[in-house]
Amino acid sequence: MPKLSDLLVPAPLRKTPKPGEAGVPKTPAPQDLKSAPPERPGEMGRVGEQALEAPTEALAWIDQRMAASGFLTGMLFRKVPKGTNWFYTLGSAALFAFIVQAVTGVFLAMFYTPSTTQAYSSIAHINNDVFLGQFVHGMHKWGASVMVILVFLHMGRTFFFGAYKYPRELNWVIGVVILILTMTMAFTGYLLPFDQRSYWASIVGININGTGPIVGPYLSDFLRAGPELGATTLSRFYAIHMLLVPGALIALIGAHMYLVVKLGTTAPPWTRIGNTPRVAEPTTELDAGAVSGNGYSPNGSGSTIAGVQIDGHNGGGATA
Amino acid sequence: MKAHEKQAYLEEYELLKKKGKPFFPYAVMKDSVMALVVVGVIILMSLLLGAEQGPKADPTTTTYVPRPEWYFFFLFEVLRIIKPPELVPLATIGIPTICMVLLLLLPFYDKGPERRPERRPLATTAGILTILAMGYLTYAGAVSGSPTEIDMKVAPQYKAGAEIVAGSGCLACHKLGENGNNGPGPELTHIGARIPRAAIVRSVEIGPSIMPSFRELPPKKLNELADFLSSLN
Ligand code: HEM
Repeated sequence: MPKLSDLLVPAPLRKTPKPGEAGVPKTPAPQDLKSAPPERPGEMGRVGEQALEAPTEALAWIDQRMAASGFLTGMLFRKVPKGTNWFYTLGSAALFAFIVQAVTGVFLAMFYTPSTTQAYSSIAHINNDVFLGQFVHGMHKWGASVMVILVFLHMGRTFFFGAYKYPRELNWVIGVVILILTMTMAFTGYLLPFDQRSYWASIVGININGTGPIVGPYLSDFLRAGPELGATTLSRFYAIHMLLVPGALIALIGAHMYLVVKLGTTAPPWTRIGNTPRVAEPTTELDAGAVSGNGYSPNGSGSTIAGVQIDGHNGGGATA
Repeated sequence: MKAHEKQAYLEEYELLKKKGKPFFPYAVMKDSVMALVVVGVIILMSLLLGAEQGPKADPTTTTYVPRPEWYFFFLFEVLRIIKPPELVPLATIGIPTICMVLLLLLPFYDKGPERRPERRPLATTAGILTILAMGYLTYAGAVSGSPTEIDMKVAPQYKAGAEIVAGSGCLACHKLGENGNNGPGPELTHIGARIPRAAIVRSVEIGPSIMPSFRELPPKKLNELADFLSSLN
């Protein structure tokens, strides 16, 4: 029976079939029995074997068209420099908080109505009637704070580690724009529940923008979308919060990630290449301790763990 | 960084990378642990703190103190510190914009090859001072509540006006005797002596600068409020 993939895949793109597969004449068993594939009689039939191969087949089928496996394995198994420590998780933590915001936001959007008459009651409906409504709403609300904190911590990390320097300047610039957009999300989201707090805080916020020199008044007019904070303001904030800024954020985070993979992440500034290692292949624990620049020993001299000198080189020494 | 310093950095980085470990599973492991912590914290906060609504938005009353979300406190506090009206644009947009431009252009004016914070005294000090300042301003914003009652001697005919002032959140931004926050708005303790009644009414209706407009207040309340404020001299 011909395989499904052979029916679907045009001949030039087909995987070269292995000997013994359908369509390939069976070659006689090799004389040398050692090199012959082991037979597993009775373990499973042809059908079982084919079922086992199906995921591989499907992936191969996709990869023949996307040619992405090289890139993906390259990305997955690329080396991160010696010394990479927990501070380097802050960026992906921010990314994760963003994903939480995106997912919970989609569910809120299914029930929220951006109109001055219905916004408040639709949030009340989410909180009181919708299954797990208040829980998801709460995750979105507190997730915003968590994301702001993580973005600031991540920026602090890259600042103090000097990671904004050559060749990663552009990624820093993208990061600052991401920071501004994150704060824009926080500002525009605050109005949406349309309670007293969000209403009056947004008025003050819009007025604050209005006092700015030159562009200030235009900015506040644009945000308010009318003489008073009202229905048009709410839909404008909603559109900014739901479409404009998230779209820009996704694009910019994508560019940020691309540069992270392309350029590689920095090693902590205290990490030195070190002398020929005395321990042939450091174990995981030892290696983690050998990271003299893990932030707990800023002068780099703390390269001992449990009293064992692991890395003879003192990070506080000569600039490499 | 000069060309040879760039070259040296790239070469050193190549070596550090060779000595490193593959992204998968080492970094992925740490990132996943962190991701679990992040989601765990968010879930916990949602369960413990909930997402209660306040009273519905109402243009005719400010029963709620206009207060930004906590991560904007530091911006709001700058307004309390820089109060002269002619400097307000500087405080509201000027300083944040300048800070953002400085932040954005950081890699273009700090181009030295040194990366260790203890060898970059200027950058490190500036960074720590910024963090301390933002921390302090956020703290100041968090503790500056605003009274909803006015604790001072008020003549009986002005009692109604005083209650409207107290109940409309004015004291979030104005100082009145011993009550309220000193800024961003000007002090009201002797406002009646400083400007005429009509000017008070106009300010309340227009909402100059960052102040919200209170033109939706019913005329009777507006009158009582103006009576009270213009009596303060
Ligand atoms: C939603 C916001 C952000 C996300 C999801 C994000 C994500 C990431 C991730 C996953 C990395 C890899 C290394 C690490 O995690 O430390 C990274 C690196 C970097 N990020 Fe961000 N980032 C964000 C915001 C920012 C901001 C606000 C800045 C600075 C203003 C910034 C500047 C940088 C720089 C310079 C690097 C390279 C660091 C290195 O090579 O050591 N990022 N980012």
